[in-house]
Amino acid sequence: MAALLELGGVDANYGQLQVLHGVSLSVGEGEVVAVLGGNGAGKTTTLRAVSGMVSTSGDVRFAGERITRASPERVARLGVAHVPEGRGIFSELSVFENLQLGAYLRRDGFGEDYERVRGYFPWLETRRYQQAGTLSGGEQQMLALARALMAGPRLLLLDEPSLGLAPIVVRGLFEIVVELNEKEGLAVLVVEQNAKLALRSSSRAYVLEVGRVALEGPSAELAENESVRKAYLGY
Amino acid sequence: MVQFAQQVVSGLASGSIYAALALAIVIIYRSTGVVNFAQGEMATFTTFIAWTLVDHGVGYWPAFALTLLIAFAGGVALERIVVRPVEGGPVLTIVILTIGLFIMLGGLSNWIWKAEVRSFPPNRPFPTSTWKQDVGILGVTLGLVLLLYLLFQHTKIGLALRASALNPAASRLVGIRVGWMLALGWGLAAAIGAIAGMFTAAASPPLDPNMMRPVLIYAFAAAVVGGLTSPVGAVLGGLTIGVSLNLIATYDSHLHLDLDRMRLPIALGAILIVLLVRPAGLFGRAAVRRV
Repeated sequence: MAALLELGGVDANYGQLQVLHGVSLSVGEGEVVAVLGGNGAGKTTTLRAVSGMVSTSGDVRFAGERITRASPERVARLGVAHVPEGRGIFSELSVFENLQLGAYLRRDGFGEDYERVRGYFPWLETRRYQQAGTLSGGEQQMLALARALMAGPRLLLLDEPSLGLAPIVVRGLFEIVVELNEKEGLAVLVVEQNAKLALRSSSRAYVLEVGRVALEGPSAELAENESVRKAYLGY
Repeated sequence: MVQFAQQVVSGLASGSIYAALALAIVIIYRSTGVVNFAQGEMATFTTFIAWTLVDHGVGYWPAFALTLLIAFAGGVALERIVVRPVEGGPVLTIVILTIGLFIMLGGLSNWIWKAEVRSFPPNRPFPTSTWKQDVGILGVTLGLVLLLYLLFQHTKIGLALRASALNPAASRLVGIRVGWMLALGWGLAAAIGAIAGMFTAAASPPLDPNMMRPVLIYAFAAAVVGGLTSPVGAVLGGLTIGVSLNLIATYDSHLHLDLDRMRLPIALGAILIVLLVRPAGLFGRAAVRRV
């Protein structure tokens, strides 16, 4: 089976600074894949290389189509929803407007999608007119996820969903991601500092070190790996 | 009392012109992040196009509508061809570019249409009294401002326009073509500026290549009242400035202070005071954010 997302020898750079050095990874249909690594390892850049937000060379393919250097708009059109670092919500707009923007590329089915998303985040309805920037951090992250779901994506890119959030909120978020994957077969590529949670929620994982894939394998095996445990799990 | 009411309506009419141009400035400031110094000259240029249309036998209102379309297309083209290459560059580069456009368009107006005395409309659109003309200007301008409001607040494209201005990166991630939204913003600004230009020619004839320069200053003052980001503030600012300037001019004839010559300094003073006291403008509000 061909992978849904496939990166082959991808380099990425910000101006003179090269951040990714020949990264190769793949995400299959309906698979949750985690990317671990320390600060500056290139985790965020890997996601940006997929959605066309960074200057990239090498081979990036989504559903068989080459998307290296495609614009973010085009990648979104193909069915990739990216929840960026810092959530990327529209803080000045209302909760409902954020969801409408999530569905920007959809021609129809807004009502059904909204019902479905509300099933995961029931509080959205009561807060629909609230300015998104006044939500709590956890709510903002959930709104960002809800907004991404409104696009009806085939692949979800999640960048550090746990950043700055309380552990209980983070667990709730990951539960929803796992549920989305199990119930709806949504493929997810998640970048995360919280290695324990990321490994528990994913089937496979990659470890990045200074822009290169240092380790890869099934998440359960990586969780047992001595160096992963020392470096990322802290025991 | 009748005189007072008449002067207020007349002030509202010129105020709505300032408001329209201020709105154009706000639309571009919100999306491109700079004050477009060429806004007034763009308006003048399109007004001359309207004059040319009428000169070739097109009726006033058809020419008016056609000019709005031409201005819109011109604004889009200007953004795509001239502004786009410097987009995302330093703010100063874009500012200098708009100053360049100001000089270039002003020069073109002078060159193509020479500096001879013209009036637009050639025979007035509101034929009888200026009272009717004032009400007409006020009505048409505010009507179009209302349409613009509905477009921004209640349509999908309006939401995309606002989103692109607020957060371009996130907008692209949801699939919005931000580049085209910027161009659309320039088109809308050019069209609403054209209204200001055509009505300025009618309200304070003649049609002159330099006629929008003072109007631009009043529009700046109005836009600054709204913190450069608030459309409502720009409109209210424009109307307030229009009425105050008109009342000053009216009652000055009794006071003999010759304040009429002070109209521009008063407007500039208003800009200065607002910037000193409330840099975010009276209607601008700092975005509330939690992390």
